Amino acid sequence: MTAQEIHDILKAQFGDAVLEAKLENVPDPFAKVQADRILDIAAFVRGDERLQFDYLMCLSGVDYKGKLGVTYHLYSMVHRHKFVLKVEVPTDAPNVPSVESVWKTADWHEREAFDLYGLNFTGHPDLRRILLPYDWEGHPLRKDYQTPEYYNGMKVPY
Amino acid sequence: MTETTETIKTSTGRVLRTEEMVVNMGPQHPSTHGVLRLEVVLDGEIVVDVIPHMGYLHRCFEKHCEHMTSYQQVVPYVDRMDYVASMTNEMAYAVAAEKLLKIEVPERVHYIRIIMSELQRIASHLIAIGTFGIDMGAFTPFLYYFRDRERILELFEMTCGARLLYNYIWIGGLSHDLPPGFIEKTREFITDFKKTLKEVNDLLNYNEIFIKRTANVGVLPKDLAINYACSGPMLRGSGVSWDLRRDDPYTLYDRFEWDVIVGKGEMGTVGDVWDRNMVRQREMWESLRIIEQALASLPEGDVQKAIPKRIRPVPGDAYGRVEGPRGELGFYIVAEDSVTPYRIKARAPAFVNLSVINEISKGAMLADLVAIIGSIDIVLGEVDR
Repeated sequence: MTAQEIHDILKAQFGDAVLEAKLENVPDPFAKVQADRILDIAAFVRGDERLQFDYLMCLSGVDYKGKLGVTYHLYSMVHRHKFVLKVEVPTDAPNVPSVESVWKTADWHEREAFDLYGLNFTGHPDLRRILLPYDWEGHPLRKDYQTPEYYNGMKVPY
Repeated sequence: MTETTETIKTSTGRVLRTEEMVVNMGPQHPSTHGVLRLEVVLDGEIVVDVIPHMGYLHRCFEKHCEHMTSYQQVVPYVDRMDYVASMTNEMAYAVAAEKLLKIEVPERVHYIRIIMSELQRIASHLIAIGTFGIDMGAFTPFLYYFRDRERILELFEMTCGARLLYNYIWIGGLSHDLPPGFIEKTREFITDFKKTLKEVNDLLNYNEIFIKRTANVGVLPKDLAINYACSGPMLRGSGVSWDLRRDDPYTLYDRFEWDVIVGKGEMGTVGDVWDRNMVRQREMWESLRIIEQALASLPEGDVQKAIPKRIRPVPGDAYGRVEGPRGELGFYIVAEDSVTPYRIKARAPAFVNLSVINEISKGAMLADLVAIIGSIDIVLGEVDR
C-alpha cells in the first residue's frame, strides 16, 4: 500500500487528528498527528485489516527546541509496507500516551525516551530510567542540557 | 510465595520456609556476556520474574554525534556500539545517511560492503555460538571458532589496518579498496572454514547433553516475537521467515542466491533456545554462499568516487536499516540545515531483543536462564550505547 493510501485511511478515520503529512520527495513519508490521540491511532493501525502495522521498528524522541517530539516507525509484516507517525508536545508539558499496550516493544523504547528526553508517557506501566543511573538528574539529550559538575557529591572530571 | 502453596516438610518433620527470594545475577557474571545485572525473583529454583538493569556501559554516543563537525566523523563512534560486529554498524549508518543524502554508490562498493558484512556476520556468530557453548559446558567449540574468527579479523586487518574497530565503510564509499591477495586469502579461508563448521556442528549442536540443556527451553512464540519487535536469529528461530536482506533489500543483496533459515523445532518446540542457536549455525553457510558469489562477480570501479566532499543534507529525516548479525540495526537521522547531525538514534537489535527476556524466562529453572541469555546473543556495548 502506498503512503498516500495509508494517509487517506488515517484521514478518513481520524479527520482533524491527522495534522499534516509529507508523502512525496522525502526519504520516509510521514504524518504528524495529535499527541493525545496517538494511542487510538496506534491501536487502529495495528488492528485494521488493510494496514496491520504489527511491527514497531523504532520509537525515537527528538528535541525540536521548544517542543519535544516522538517518531514512530511502523512496519507491517503482513503487507510489507511502512509508515511514519510523528507527534509533538510542548517541552514544559511533555505528555504522550504510551503505546506499550499496542506494541510491547515500545516499553523499553519509551523508557529510553523518558530517560534521555524527559518525555512523560502516560499509562506506561513502569516508567523509570533505563540507561542512566536511577538517581541521575536531568535528561541529557535535550538541547539545553547542562552537564552537571557533580554527581552524588563527586566531581565529574572532563 | 503465594498463600495457596502447601507447607513443605523435611523428612524429620521440620517445616521449610517457602518464600520468594531475589538473587542478583551480574553485573560481573560470566554468563551475562558483559556488564548486565539481572534481578531474578526465584521461587525455589523456578524463575518468577527477571528484571534487567542496564546502563553500565552507557556513553550516550547519540549526544556525542550531535557535537561532531561532520556526518563522516560519526563513523568511528558507531563502531564502538556493537564491538563484535563493527562493520555492520558502519554499514547501517552509511545506508541511513545515503538514504538521507540520496547518494548512489558504485557497484564495487556495494559488493565489497556485502563481502565485509557477511564476513562480519560469520565472525559475530562464531563468538555467539562459541561463548554459548561455554555457557552450556562445552569448551572445545569455543577454541575452534575463535581460531577461525581470528582469520576473518586478519582479513579485515589487511584491508583497513584494524582488527575490531574499522572505520572502513564511509558515507558514499570505503576508506580503502581491497588489498592485493584479499580474494585469494578469502577463498582459502572459506575452504578451510567449511571443515570447521561441519566438525563443530556435529560436536556441539547434536551433542546429547547440549540438546537436553537447550531443547524446549525459553520458547518464544511467533506473535510474541513480532509484538516485541524481535529480529534476526531471535525472530527466525521462532519460525518467522523474515530477513531484511531479502524482504527489504538494501545494497545489492537481491542479486545473490541464498536461503533464509528458520527454526523448525527439530529437537523440541519451535522458537526454543536450540532453534535460535541452530539458525545462527546454518546462517553461516548462507553467508559463505553470498561471499563466494560476490567474489566471483566483483566489478571494477573506484571505491571513493561517490564520497561527498562536504555533507550538508536538506533538512529532513531518514530511517535506514540493515540485517545485522543480531537483527534489525537501524539508524534514525534527523538533519537540519547544518553540517552536523541534529539527532541520531540507533535502533539496536540487542536492546530490543533483550526486552523479551522476562516473558520467555518465567517458569524456567535458574540454570536455564543462562541458556536463554546466551541464546539472545546480546552485546552490552550495543544495549547500553
